[in-house]
Amino acid sequence: MQLLNLYNCLSTYLVIGALLFSFGIYGMVVRRTVIGMLISSEFILAAASTNFMAFNRFLAPDPVVGQIFTLVIMAIAAAEAAIAISIMIAVYRNYKTIDTDDLVDLQG
Amino acid sequence: MQAIVCQSGAAPALFSAEGIVGVIFLLTVTLVCTGAMIAVNAQRLVRAVAGLAICFTGLAGVYYFLLSPFLAMMQLLIYVGAVSILIAFGIMMATPEEKSGAGMKNRSVLAGPLAFSTAALMFAALTVLGLKTQWQIFPRQGTFDIKAVGMALLTTHSLVFELISIVLLLAIIGALVLAQRGRN
Repeated sequence: MQLLNLYNCLSTYLVIGALLFSFGIYGMVVRRTVIGMLISSEFILAAASTNFMAFNRFLAPDPVVGQIFTLVIMAIAAAEAAIAISIMIAVYRNYKTIDTDDLVDLQG
Repeated sequence: MQAIVCQSGAAPALFSAEGIVGVIFLLTVTLVCTGAMIAVNAQRLVRAVAGLAICFTGLAGVYYFLLSPFLAMMQLLIYVGAVSILIAFGIMMATPEEKSGAGMKNRSVLAGPLAFSTAALMFAALTVLGLKTQWQIFPRQGTFDIKAVGMALLTTHSLVFELISIVLLLAIIGALVLAQRGRN
């Protein structure tokens, strides 16, 4: 059962990271509201931190660096979510919608 | 050195301790994939947020398998506890239901398949890159425990610590100002 030994392999985690990243890209294109795109961007950030954690676990000489990097990514993601939600509320107050098809005032 | 970095080569039996750990890992990965699929494909945004929470719960398990229980806890606390709830609040305040069918003007029918093929291409490329590269292992010098992380945050990586506090402070103030503007 080589399947049960997957958690000891670096490539498993790299594949998980690639999967999360491609889900994020797909959601960014397909979603039609700002909130949906925000959710997808969280996946892209999670993919990056998964990769950092995997390299930190298997390859890095000092396993502290990757953990700190992931902590920074988490903090950035939280700040980004807070700012995005408040921008969205401001936009909703002015336009009564956050659908990306309707927010086209700057389109030539 | 082989292309795939595996720590121990021997495959465990299903009903040994290592085998059960492997089964739990597979369940965790299933949680991540299911949650991501729900979050990306759900029609209603509330369900997408639920998918996000499921996926990040699974990801906390993955971090636990990567020998970092501290970051697993932080993942649960920040993502599942804070970010998901924040997005749920945003949905409640702005009621942004996605239009379907007739509402989809300005939108080519090709958008869905094109997005899927782009994502699939990205996934294939990254997977091949991850599997084919000859990763070089460096000799281990430090440890994984929380104490080392805390010491590093306050000594060698103190700039990062200060920077992240400033970023979070600015984000709080900026979010307050943005959400308060235009209110009467």
